Amino acid sequence: MTASETHRTIDAVWRIEAPKLIAGLTRMVRDIGIAEDLAQDALVAALEQWAESGVPENPGAWLMATAKHRAIDRLRRNQLLERKHEELGREVEAREMTVPDLNAALDDELGDDLLRLMFIACHPVLSAEARTALTLRLLGGLTTEEIARAFLVPEATVAQRIVRAKRTLAEKRIPFEVPRGAELSPRLASVLEVIYLIFNEGYTATAGEDWMRPGLCEDALRLGRILAELAPLEPEVHGLVALMEIHASRTRARVTASGEPVLLREQNRALWDQLLIRRGLAALAKAEALGGGGSYVLQAEIAACHARARTAEETEWSRIVTYYDELAWLTPSPIIDLNRAVAVGMAWGPAAGLEAVDALRSSPALRNYHLLPSVRGDLLKKLGRFSEARQEFELAASLTQNQRERTLLLARAAECDASAEPV
Amino acid sequence: MRFMMLVIPKGYETAKPGTAPDPKAVEKMQKFNAQLQQAGVLLALDGLHPPSEGQRVSFAGGKAKVVDGPFSESKEVIGGYWMIQVKSKKEAIEWASRAPMSDNEMIEVRQVWEMAEFPPEVQKAAKGFEEMQAAAQKNR
Repeated sequence: MTASETHRTIDAVWRIEAPKLIAGLTRMVRDIGIAEDLAQDALVAALEQWAESGVPENPGAWLMATAKHRAIDRLRRNQLLERKHEELGREVEAREMTVPDLNAALDDELGDDLLRLMFIACHPVLSAEARTALTLRLLGGLTTEEIARAFLVPEATVAQRIVRAKRTLAEKRIPFEVPRGAELSPRLASVLEVIYLIFNEGYTATAGEDWMRPGLCEDALRLGRILAELAPLEPEVHGLVALMEIHASRTRARVTASGEPVLLREQNRALWDQLLIRRGLAALAKAEALGGGGSYVLQAEIAACHARARTAEETEWSRIVTYYDELAWLTPSPIIDLNRAVAVGMAWGPAAGLEAVDALRSSPALRNYHLLPSVRGDLLKKLGRFSEARQEFELAASLTQNQRERTLLLARAAECDASAEPV
Repeated sequence: MRFMMLVIPKGYETAKPGTAPDPKAVEKMQKFNAQLQQAGVLLALDGLHPPSEGQRVSFAGGKAKVVDGPFSESKEVIGGYWMIQVKSKKEAIEWASRAPMSDNEMIEVRQVWEMAEFPPEVQKAAKGFEEMQAAAQKNR
């Protein structure tokens, strides 16, 4: 190989080509495990042959052609169903085609194949952990070891999850089709759930940890962006991408130089990544043009309100309240109600906020949730009701497991003593 | 990780004002851009007007001095860029290798600084540490 070609290493090619390769093979052989094996075979062949002949002009097509030859051999050896006979006929023709023709034929199908693979990897019959591992492995191009590091579990655990997941899909004879009609919505929700789960795992990771963990945000964004290209008419897909782009835009402002988290209202907005905000708002606009209104779109709308405000004071809180109203109607949840109450307080003053919070005090789900008294304490303090505020902060401190939070809440309680008027 | 792929087209340094890109090249470029987009790695891209339409601002002695292009000393100038988000430098180089460039074009691949890479003193300075502390005090 020439000097420049030695830099085009095979693992970089693999990361780019593997998902499409596995997706196309899955369609052919109807089994993810076999598809991955065939893809691996093609990779081994590439390692051997490209060392001598250099990286081919179209590495993706080379890998696909190589893997397909092996797939055909394999199909010939097995008992063939009529359907596979047809496919075999088509693939044999493809083998006769010249490389440029093959490329054109591949391009048409690859989009569908990749989308299909995403739906399969995120099938609801699998557990959340299994879906996550399988998606990151097949579509994110992560190794088993990388996935293990990212989720703080042993590598063997991840390997087992993936093996079991493939077996479950085969045993349940999950059809390798893009869901249609009434099935599409819940299946799509399953895909979006996996991507968002990956994003949040990365988002909550702290800087001091293994870089694989915050790296999950990038992995999730990439998957979301790919999905937005594959399913461009789904507003919730664009909504999720918007939500992730905007959250990611705050990465530099979210922690202090010493690693402490910074509240949204206190963040230095000059550090917000305007490129990501612009991308997020563009994705949100696409979702709105498609009719918006779903859960991810609404969450993105709220995030966008913050993103557009140059200072915390400029935040359109009453607009945020209306989005929480819609979210609460769509997916009723006491947490959403609590967040809405905070927004009400910001929009119409602490008395209104307190009224909204008080309506939630009897909610059983919030009984031991430390943020409820914490929010209440905040509002009482703003109303000058210092001794009540102190009690709420102390209650909140007693309800949280997190040492840092407890310290912060007790500090806020102490401040109330300092602010209280003398008796 | 983010990278910029900077396009350095030979001859652009002497291109006349108003020089527009060749439509065939643009078509090839659009296909490549679509690949980047579909792979979920494209963050941004732009083309730049030729240097003959640009200006250079220099700062000798603390005074800003403006000079019109073209700039005879420049043998290589930037024609445009992509910003991509990938897992490794190798991946960035692989993408750059796939760009539909002609014989006299070159791509320079440069990593974009992330805040976390800077040493602590630089991070503090960049984050307006004092400013932030003041804001935090104000909001209590």
